[in-house]
Amino acid sequence: MSIETQASTAIRQGSVPALRGVASSSRRGFSPFAVRGWGVLSTILKGLGLAVFAFALFGPLANLALWSVAERWYTPFKLPVTYGMRYWEVVFRPTGDAMSSLATSVSIACLTVVVALAVSVPAGYALARLKLPFRTVLMIVFLLPQAFPSVAIYINVARVFYSLGLTGTIPGVVLVHAAHGLVYSVWIAAAAFAAVDKDLELAARNIGASPLRTFFTITLPLAAPGIMASAIFVFLESLDEFTGTFFVGVPQVTTLPLLLYNASMGGNYQIASITALILLVPSVLFMIFIERFLKADVLSKVGQ
Amino acid sequence: MGAPVSAAIAIDSLHVSYGNQRVLHGVDLTVAPGEFIAILGSSGCGKTTLLRTIAGFQKASQGAIRLFGRDVVNMPPEKRGMAMMFQSYALWPHMTVLGNVGYGLRLRGVAKDEIRTRVATILKMLNLSGLEDRKVTNLSGGQRQRVALGRALAIEPEILLLDEPLSNLDAKVRLQLRSEIKSLQNRLGFTAVHVTHDREEAMTMADRIVVMDAGKIAQIGSPKEVFDHPNSPFVASFMGAENTIGLDIRTSGAGVEVAVAHGNPTSWDGAVPLGPVTAYFRDDVASLDGPDARIDGSIILPGRITQRTYPGGHYRYVVAINDRHFTVTDDHYHELDDAVGLRLPLASLHLFPTDTIKGENHA
Repeated sequence: MSIETQASTAIRQGSVPALRGVASSSRRGFSPFAVRGWGVLSTILKGLGLAVFAFALFGPLANLALWSVAERWYTPFKLPVTYGMRYWEVVFRPTGDAMSSLATSVSIACLTVVVALAVSVPAGYALARLKLPFRTVLMIVFLLPQAFPSVAIYINVARVFYSLGLTGTIPGVVLVHAAHGLVYSVWIAAAAFAAVDKDLELAARNIGASPLRTFFTITLPLAAPGIMASAIFVFLESLDEFTGTFFVGVPQVTTLPLLLYNASMGGNYQIASITALILLVPSVLFMIFIERFLKADVLSKVGQ
Repeated sequence: MGAPVSAAIAIDSLHVSYGNQRVLHGVDLTVAPGEFIAILGSSGCGKTTLLRTIAGFQKASQGAIRLFGRDVVNMPPEKRGMAMMFQSYALWPHMTVLGNVGYGLRLRGVAKDEIRTRVATILKMLNLSGLEDRKVTNLSGGQRQRVALGRALAIEPEILLLDEPLSNLDAKVRLQLRSEIKSLQNRLGFTAVHVTHDREEAMTMADRIVVMDAGKIAQIGSPKEVFDHPNSPFVASFMGAENTIGLDIRTSGAGVEVAVAHGNPTSWDGAVPLGPVTAYFRDDVASLDGPDARIDGSIILPGRITQRTYPGGHYRYVVAINDRHFTVTDDHYHELDDAVGLRLPLASLHLFPTDTIKGENHA
């Protein structure tokens, strides 16, 4: 209304031409050439930024890829001397160390997921739904394994596991990985359950569903994407885990990261690169999954 | 206590608290089978808490709730045998319309084919035919709330609870669903308890209205009773009588004389409280008259017209009386600044003694 009033006053006072003059002169302030020049510059800057980002992202990957197909590559040469798939063959040979440690890694990761979910589904539900005293303290307890230097923790764990006969066994490694993965899986599961609207559960109870039935037909399916994400996260963490496996599993249990470590310590960069590339695949798949299926309302509740 | 066993819902001195905060302090309510009750109140008055306590989502700290004579106060919600419609619809997004509406039947072990036919019947009743396999997330708000109604009705409940189910819908759909719910209730004969803050919705749907204020029931009665005879200043202003004016009433002869500051006194023979009273009235009971008019049974407040609008059909004026402004509609055209009299018929005013209002400490 006030704008209208101003406009009508302006018309009455005959100041409209003046207004028009102001508008056109401000448009004249930037000549078409200046605008175009600025546009070109901004495009170049954007392109440069993108290039730097792409280099930071793909540079190391390109290096890995190059190493994995380099049969011979030594100092004076900027690029490999001879190329070939020989080392890929070595790695994927059915009797090779790589395949057996891949199998070990995957089975440990799967078992770790099972153990972590067995704890995180009930714990996450309880943290999200029940009025627990010391809720924050409980959340932090799951964080504790991350809070201290891991080497110090794993030396002590190895000591304790040794007296229990768990060192050098798959269950021992699984327990270490699960303790490490629990912080993520419990926190994410709690967020996933918290994101399920309570009215949805009440609606089921209201028309006759028992609490257990409600949990399995309403709450769990709705929290499933979040829980699935936490499972994948634990799986990847386990696949990647080095320190704990090193202290608890060696020498009987050899996972892919340990193989990678041994290979690069032995100067075998080809095997190390190929192992690293294999380890990369699940991470990329996971990112795609997160992007596709995990909703922002779940992510926003992590750690609350 | 005295509630007959046949009552669909009998609530007896119900107390509910959240932690240390007491939300309901002693609610008594009896609902007859097949009755449509609307619980009306401003936000925070405890109306939703009352409904959720009836449903069993909220524990009562004291008191009894009997459904058809069966005490349910300590029963979990799934054993109470009622159904509810939520403000948020509360449909399960991972299920289809069939999955949502058929959920209650599936719980009761009904065979798959029969669930499909029964759900189809319900959807037809709600004008949702053919939407069985649609995801509920692909439905409009009105359709969603119809699905929610279908889900509630599928289990053939004796009691339907409605927790502001229409407040998220746009006006047209709201009116439509209002009459649909009402006619379904007439047809199927369930007992309904409807929580709302929309006065008109409560008036048009309910057989009886329960007005709640600060965790207590302020008044129970038919829509007309509550509208025409509010029993307290709170109910009066909640039902729209938001204008107030101070009067002084003295006995004179057979009737009373009503005096008003800055206005013309009048005599009347109606039954009124004596002494200083506060009158509550809606805009539409006021009318325009001459500033010096004296009419038995009406008080006249002389004032001046300060604003005139034409909303269609009649003029709407704002009349200034001293420093107070009142809105009044009139068929005739008056110039701005005209001296007029605001006529208030005493029979249409809600009179409450002023000292008790102060004693009640009303905001």
